[in-house]
Amino acid sequence: MTVSESSASTGAEVLRPHAEDAFAEELKALAAADDRPRPTGWRLSPWAVATYLLGGALPDGTVITPKYVGPRRIVEVAVTTLATDRALLLLGVPGTAKTWVSEHLAAAVSGDSTLLVQGTAGTPEEAIRYGWDYARLLAHGPSRDALVPGPVMRAMADGMTARVEELTRIPADVQDTLITILSEKTLPIPELGQEVQAVRGFNLIATANDRDRGVNDLSSALRRRFNTVVLPLPATPDDEVDIVSRRVDQIGRSLDLPAAPEGLEEIRRVVTVFRELRDGVSADGRTKLKTPSGTLSTAEAISVVTGGLALAAHFGDGVLRSADVAAGILGAVVRDPAADRVVWQEYLETVVRERAGWQDFYRACREVSV
Amino acid sequence: MTPLLLGVRHHGPGSARAVRAALEAAPPDAVLIEGPPEADALLALAADDRMRPPVALLAHAVDDPGRAAFWPLADFSPEWVAIRWALGRGVPVRFIDLPAAFSLAAGAVVPAGAVAPAEDGAAGADPVRVDPLAVLAGAAGYDDPERWWEDVVEHRGPGGGSDPLAPFAALGEAMAALRGRYGHGGHERDLVREAHMRLQLRSARKEFSDRLAVVCGAWHMPAFSEKTTVAADRALLKGLPKVRTEMTWVPWTHRRLARQSGYGAGIDSPGWYGHLFQAPDRPIERWMTKVAGLLRDEDRIVSSAHVIEAVRLAETLAALRGRPHAGLTETTDAIRAVMCDGSDVPLDLIRDRLVVGDVLGEVPDDAPAVPLQRDLSRAQRTLRLKPEARERELELDLRKETDASRSRLLHRLRLLSIGWGEPTAGRGSTGTFRESWRLRWEPELHVRVAEAGVWGTTVLSAAVAKAENDAVTAADLAGITSLAERCLLAELTDALPVVMRALADRAALDADVGHLARALPALARSLRYGDVRSTDTSALAEVATGLAERICVGLPPACAGLDAEGAGRMRRDLDAVHTAMGLLPAERRPGERWSAVLRGLAVRDAVPGLLRGRAARLLLDDGRLDEDEAARLMSLALSTGTPPAEAAAWIEGFIGGASGGGMLLVHDERLLALVDGWLTRVSPEAFTDVLPLLRRTFSAYEPGVRRTLGELIRRGPATASGGQRRSEAAIPGFAPDLHLRRADAVLPVLRLLLGVPGPGPDPGSGTGLVPGTGPGLGTAPGPEAKGSAAEGRVEQGPGMPETPGIEDDDLAGVGR
Repeated sequence: MTVSESSASTGAEVLRPHAEDAFAEELKALAAADDRPRPTGWRLSPWAVATYLLGGALPDGTVITPKYVGPRRIVEVAVTTLATDRALLLLGVPGTAKTWVSEHLAAAVSGDSTLLVQGTAGTPEEAIRYGWDYARLLAHGPSRDALVPGPVMRAMADGMTARVEELTRIPADVQDTLITILSEKTLPIPELGQEVQAVRGFNLIATANDRDRGVNDLSSALRRRFNTVVLPLPATPDDEVDIVSRRVDQIGRSLDLPAAPEGLEEIRRVVTVFRELRDGVSADGRTKLKTPSGTLSTAEAISVVTGGLALAAHFGDGVLRSADVAAGILGAVVRDPAADRVVWQEYLETVVRERAGWQDFYRACREVSV
Repeated sequence: MTPLLLGVRHHGPGSARAVRAALEAAPPDAVLIEGPPEADALLALAADDRMRPPVALLAHAVDDPGRAAFWPLADFSPEWVAIRWALGRGVPVRFIDLPAAFSLAAGAVVPAGAVAPAEDGAAGADPVRVDPLAVLAGAAGYDDPERWWEDVVEHRGPGGGSDPLAPFAALGEAMAALRGRYGHGGHERDLVREAHMRLQLRSARKEFSDRLAVVCGAWHMPAFSEKTTVAADRALLKGLPKVRTEMTWVPWTHRRLARQSGYGAGIDSPGWYGHLFQAPDRPIERWMTKVAGLLRDEDRIVSSAHVIEAVRLAETLAALRGRPHAGLTETTDAIRAVMCDGSDVPLDLIRDRLVVGDVLGEVPDDAPAVPLQRDLSRAQRTLRLKPEARERELELDLRKETDASRSRLLHRLRLLSIGWGEPTAGRGSTGTFRESWRLRWEPELHVRVAEAGVWGTTVLSAAVAKAENDAVTAADLAGITSLAERCLLAELTDALPVVMRALADRAALDADVGHLARALPALARSLRYGDVRSTDTSALAEVATGLAERICVGLPPACAGLDAEGAGRMRRDLDAVHTAMGLLPAERRPGERWSAVLRGLAVRDAVPGLLRGRAARLLLDDGRLDEDEAARLMSLALSTGTPPAEAAAWIEGFIGGASGGGMLLVHDERLLALVDGWLTRVSPEAFTDVLPLLRRTFSAYEPGVRRTLGELIRRGPATASGGQRRSEAAIPGFAPDLHLRRADAVLPVLRLLLGVPGPGPDPGSGTGLVPGTGPGLGTAPGPEAKGSAAEGRVEQGPGMPETPGIEDDDLAGVGR
């Protein structure tokens, strides 16, 4: 479940090229080899889109790199959803490659991943529907020329794939603007007495975080316009340790933290603790555990380790030790002081205390927990 | 003419439908089915209205009911369809497989419940064997043989092909090619079975006609067209070992048809197959509607629009994956994405209720007895326990081998809900090696035994299976712990790992400390029983320790902010847990942690008074709290700032309930004085409020203790005013000063004992008159002494030992 880093950096000037540019060669080869029926408005057949994401080899010898490493089923359901003109909702905790998958889906289906609405708490309706060019509006009155179409409107008009990032961050009333678009496939412009009707090929991919606190839950009316696909967390501990240590390394370098040579052991420990509490079962599969209310995502593991590194660099001996990560872990796990504390202490007593080689860690955690 | 060969996959709905179509198209004169010929006599029962699949044919060795084999049949099993079709038309049916007498003798290792003989080897556990379907599926480019078979055979809609016989012909050719390439493919015993089937076919030809239909596993199809001689087939069958067997029908369940329950009947999704078989048309649409109905019953909002979208998604997914129709995988993916918001939780429910299903078969009462009954009868004979309708008591001494076996049998039967014996409170001794039972055999217990037959063929195996099942499905933690206890009593060592596992899981997830607290005592008791019965209880001890740890962590938060009723419940739990902690093995006892928890409870303000008092008392009794500290806690709890009701609750917790509570007050005047002082401070209005509480506390004491307390209180002023006089008081329970009159009375006896001669006035003693003689002591009380008896008792000091023979009154009398 990770993200392929090998962006073949075709555009040398840009810091980060769009998916359709970075993988233009692969898309071209796929389009050439693809002899299966394509839905109207699609650049590739559903089969080819799935291959683009999951990787494979084409008859002409082109190797398609896997963009998403994870269950095949997920990609298949996602692509099929887009083919049935239902909107697709990618759910998952932060760091599960939601955005990455949505970008590549849009690139493969429509050849354009830029029709993007970034959801924030302050996203206005105009960002989803349309805005006005006020100079023109004042000079000539309302007309199609004075109208500034939003990404979704452009996608509807051209039969492309639109993307909405972090849908649940958008206020509920603004979210509901999408209902008409998704059910009627039209966008009325009451000021002009007109409407924009979506042409075939239009669809929408939204991403949302399902365990974040303080989000605006989707109304059931909106929710049922979407097919939901949940992107899972990394499947194996090794994958996750790999992701965490790679990210920590990058962040550490940008913060000019000194390199921590013997930190891998602690990173593995943090990942193990996070995974065990998240999954509700100990790594050996023998003890069930209560799960705390926090997300405990890979991203949080990364920040715990980064914080520990900073502690070790500035106040410790530069080597990442149990005591450096203990407080960070406690903060990540115990979000709700009453319920989570019990969860955490039970975990300490039933799992950590007995584990061989974890005595330091146990003591460090006891110290900060009491 | 060759017979009509209907090769099938066992439990394949598509096969079943095809078989029915083929039989309709070309009705034979007799139907031959792969199955044990001993069951021919039972076939008539299949037509019985009371027979409801899923059922199984059960063959077992007469002498060894544990050696048994099952042939399960669901209503979508091709064999069942063929049987019902034939019985409906009056067409004769014969089973033609190798008799169970041989297969049971050969498969000495076949465990009870395994479905060895009826398997066609499609899912061969033996790696050496060739999986014929895997070979065919591989040739077709499929990686999953089951899926290939489903796409090619099972998912043909009703009436899909024009010729109902064509698919079987094609299948026969494919299998012939396979057999030509691989021979018996590692299934050596199949050759013997096939020889027998051919012989049966020949005799059926003689008996009926050439128009025969054979329903068998697809793998066996080529065997019937093989050119062999009768003599060669006979030779193969010669000299096979044989055991005496009996057969009967037993009810079966979908769950046991499912592979995940450990019975290798070969299918994951009996509910789904049943649906495919029963749905008249549009199976996906009907399935989605069923799922929507289930989800609605569970209060999830699922609209018709969801159903429509799920069907569309499933069918498009099937197209993307290149399958002719949506299968279970596609429908499940679609349901997850559309109806369940991507979550797996409701999917588990769907899998459990629909994909596997709860269907339970039924068998008419006149089916022959199940082997469990035989095993039970045998055990009853060996243990000389006759089933009698008359009620009788049975006393068992577990130190004797026979009695221990009897106890085990009765406990096992109780686990199987066969209530022959009920444990009763034992007469006389209550030692752990004694048990008392009330036995009574009711006629309906035979029915219970028959029902319990689904669990196994012997009392032991059935009880183990039942216990494991109960552990997995138990509703609450206390249910599992009592089950664990019963498993130990019944000595079901094999079931313990599963039960312990379920117990540990349940304990880990249970957020209610009350549940944990109620579970621990049963576990601690079980540990003790383990000692008596010398069973291995290390797993149990581990779980119990884990439970104790969790209680230590979870108890303090759970004790805060409780109302009076909740506090009362928690106090009982607290007592039970405290006792149970003491019963745990010493090396696993979280002694220090537990007393730290109690100490925390005793001083935390948020904890109700009742519990604070109780915790302090438990600590005091264990000697982990010294008396000064206890007095400090009490004065804190009873100080003016505390609401009276809260203080009364503290008192109840500290000295209430157990009978020992009063003695504490009797012995420690400091505590009594605190209570007394507090009570006199309580305002009149508050007094009416706390009175019921106090009354409840004190009325539980024994009369003697109550009276003594009353006397002490009556002497109260002395206690209260005696503050400075008593500063040097050494022993609690004794007055600080000498009671001079009584001290005098003791002297003559002391003299007598020490042999100090010369009675007479002792100026040093300063206590006045001393009687001259000892021997008269206690023998002749004067009448006036009797008169002062009542007064004397009132004066009696607390804790003053009442020595027989030296009555206070007598001494007083003599002293006068």
